[in-house]
Formats: sequence, structure tokens, C-alpha cells
Amino acid sequence: MNLTVQKYMRAIAVPVIAVIVLLAFWEWLVWYNAWPTFKMAAPSDLPPAYQRHWNLFLTMGWQTLWRTVLGLMLAVLFGTLLGMIMGFSRIMRDALYPILVGFNAIPKATVVPIVALMFVGQHDFNTVLLAFMISFFPIAVSVSIGLSTLEPEYRDILRSLGASQATIFWKIALPKTLPEFFGALKVAVTLAFIGTNLMEIVSPHGRGLGALFDSGRTNSDFPLMFAVLIALAFLGIVLYYIVVALEKIFAGWAERAPS
Amino acid sequence: MENLIDIKGVRHAYQTDAGPLPVLDGLEISVPEGGFVAVVGPSGCGKSTLTRLIAGLMKPDEGEVWLHGERVKGPRSTVGMAFQNPVLLEWRTILKNVLLPLEIVPSKLSRKQAEERARFLLSLVGLEGFEDKRPSELSGGMRQRASLCRALIHQPDVLILDEPFGALDAFTREDLWMTMHEVKAREPFTGVLITHDLRESIFLADQVVVLSGRPASTQYVLDVPKTGKRTLDDLYTPEAAEHLNVLRHQIEIAQGRAPAEEGAS
Repeated sequence: MNLTVQKYMRAIAVPVIAVIVLLAFWEWLVWYNAWPTFKMAAPSDLPPAYQRHWNLFLTMGWQTLWRTVLGLMLAVLFGTLLGMIMGFSRIMRDALYPILVGFNAIPKATVVPIVALMFVGQHDFNTVLLAFMISFFPIAVSVSIGLSTLEPEYRDILRSLGASQATIFWKIALPKTLPEFFGALKVAVTLAFIGTNLMEIVSPHGRGLGALFDSGRTNSDFPLMFAVLIALAFLGIVLYYIVVALEKIFAGWAERAPS
Repeated sequence: MENLIDIKGVRHAYQTDAGPLPVLDGLEISVPEGGFVAVVGPSGCGKSTLTRLIAGLMKPDEGEVWLHGERVKGPRSTVGMAFQNPVLLEWRTILKNVLLPLEIVPSKLSRKQAEERARFLLSLVGLEGFEDKRPSELSGGMRQRASLCRALIHQPDVLILDEPFGALDAFTREDLWMTMHEVKAREPFTGVLITHDLRESIFLADQVVVLSGRPASTQYVLDVPKTGKRTLDDLYTPEAAEHLNVLRHQIEIAQGRAPAEEGAS
């Protein structure tokens, strides 16, 4: 009994106390320096900000969310396909890998104006495109590595029975790659949010939480800007844990029981 | 009696950057139906290539591999394989792992019959009660036992064992040797065992083939007089010691550490 209480304390109470201490320090810092709200926001400024703009937070938050999720889903599709091509064909890997690395090395903030200019006015499309472009790389790399490092014996077991390449992929290669895939997906979720927000903030007449942040910036409305940051963090955490839940369902076998 | 496996004059070379690397050169092996041949030889002499040839995963450059009176041209479902690495699928239970080949090979068994057969095989190798466990919950020896069941589930004509016990400790290995004899008594198969362990070869096989160093050819064939089920005591008879000595000497010749005798090919 005592032990479960201790466990409970450690799992819940300790992180909660840490957050409270952090917020208290932040509040104190703003109070001590007597910063006005056009210079800095304190935690106590946030609830009023949400109260004032709650309908904006809901609509803009929804826009950010669906565009991020759609971009991420496209990244999963394209990344998996690309990873499969590179994982199965040595030649394709040699051909595509340098291009991918080069593409990934370009800071995506520089791509934003190009995309915004190319597809001017198509804000939804642009935002989804950027979320996609920024997040497919880790998925493609992890799938290709997962497939190309499959031990030959796994293939031989099925191939010696006359199984086709497609069967080997569905029965062995794909499930075996799932742990790596979900590892990459956790990274991709965060990246996709960066992509959506970059586009929302930079492109004129944008929508979504990024645009809300930008309007706060224009007015030096620090409470609003911080409220947006917290809302973004909240969305990011929710999506992250959805991925964790999916991982538990589909790749839970990869987790070793603590011994 | 007609031979179930016939390997005739097989030559094979791998293409490497430094030119062709011959691994097999004039290999001759015959295994009668129900026979059990162990293949021993120095490291890297092409033993694993041999298993891939029998399984139809590779074609030899020259020579022929015959199975059941048919020339092997590609993979065939009448072969079961087990490797040193048990390669069980971590996301499946042991029972589902054993059933895997039946998802590929057309089978007359109904789902229920297949499962019964899998349970029977698992109990035969001493894995009763582990059907619903995951591979990660099993020890190395137990995984190898499960891998053996998977290799047998579709009632293959030929069981190919590529150093299946190589990574196990000595006592576990001896346990598995005994299991092999029990399995063979209940589920007869024609077997080819690749091994580094000379004691294992004379304990399990009816015939031991010694391969020469690379490129490998058949250097020596030892007929083990006592076939069928054996006990570990059989390994400690003067006769067994004599056989081991002969094999050890042949391996030394294959490694080039002892001169070949007159008349040995």
C-alpha cells in the first residue's frame, strides 16, 4: 500500500510540482521586473487571454490541427513509399539518398516564401505542403534502414517456401520495421507542427494558430502570443501521445518487459 | 533405394570485386529417403551455400541438385529450414510462429487441424505451455526448439539444418540432440545438417560428409554404424572415439594442416 502511494507520488505529484515551481518562478520574474504586457506576459495573464479570444483559439486551433495531421499523413504515405523503394533497391538508395540529404539540409524557413509565392492564395494547400515537406524525411530514412537491415535468414525462411516478395514484405519486412517507423513518426509529428506554423506565421493573410500568434506580435500582445505557444504545445503533446498509443497497439511487442 | 537428395558435380563461384571466388567444386552428396547426413568442413568452405542450393534459393553454376527425382530449379515448399539464428517473428506468439509456413504453402489441413499439429510439435520438443508466449520470453534453446517446429509444420520432405545448435551452450545443445532423435522417431524426415561440431555430427547423422577447404568438394564420407535413436553414452565408446579421430584428422587435411594421404581425393 505504502509502495503504491510512493509510486503514485513519483508518477504524478513530482512532475506536477515541477510545473508549479516553474510557473511560480515565471510569475515572480515578471512581477519582480514589473514588465508590462507589451513587454512580457506572466502565467496569470494567460487565462484572460484565452477568455477574450476563446472562439479564435478554437477555430484557429482546429485549422492548425487538421492541416498538420493531413501533412503528416501525406508524409507517412510518401515517406513509407520512398523508404520501401530505397530499402529494397540498392541502386535507388544510392540515387535518392544524396538528394534526400540535400533536400533535408535546406532550412525550411527559406522554402516558405517560395511556396507561398508559387501557390499564392492557396493557404491551406501551402500549409499542408510545408508540413509534409518538413516531416517525410525521418520516415523515409527509418523505413529504408529497417528494410535494408532485415537479416537474410528472415527472407530465406519464407523464400524457401516459394513466397513472393510481396508476401515477404507484408508478413515480415513491414511488421519488423514498425518500431523504427514509430520512432520516426514521433519526430515527424513535432516537425509537421513546425512546418504548419512556419507557413501560418510567414504568409500574409494566414490562418491558424500561427496567424493568431502573428497578430499578437503585431500588437505586442504578449499574453496572446504566449497563450498561442501554450495552445501549440498542447496540440503537439496530444498528437505525440496519439502516436505513442498507436505504437503500443501496433508495435507493443518490441517493448521488453522490465526484468 | 532411390536417393531423396542427389547433388551431382556441383560447382559454384561468387562474383566478387576481386574476381570469381569459387566456393564449391565438384561436390557430390547423396541422401537416401529418411537418411540424415551431416556436413562438416573448415570455416568458410561453402557449407551454407550448400543449404541454399538444396533449398533452391540459389542455382549452381554447374552441376545438378535433385530432390525427389526432380531437378531443383527454384524454391519448393517441400523443404523446411532452421538456422543458427532462430529468426522467430517477435510480434507473433510461438504458436503463430510455428504456423507461419502454412500461410505460404498450400495445405490440406484445416485451421483447427493445423493448430493441433503445431501444438503436437511443440509438445514433442518440450514447449508445451509456451504456445501463447512471445519469442522474447523464451531462452535461446527454447527459441531453437520453436524454430524446429516451424521447419516441420508443413511436413517437408527435407529438413535443412544450418548449424542450428551452434549458438547454444553445451548442455542445452545435448538436450536438443536428444530432442532431434525423438522428433525424428515421431516425424520422420530426410535431413541435412551443417555443423562445426564433430560429436554432434556422429551423434545425429547416419553419414558424415567432410568437405575440403574452399573450393569445397567431397573429401571424405564416414558411415556411422549405429543409426536411429542414440543415447549420449554412445558418444563415449571406443568406437565413437575412433570415428571422432578420423573426422578430426580429415578436418585437419581439409584445413591444410595435415598432408593428404595416398588415395584420398
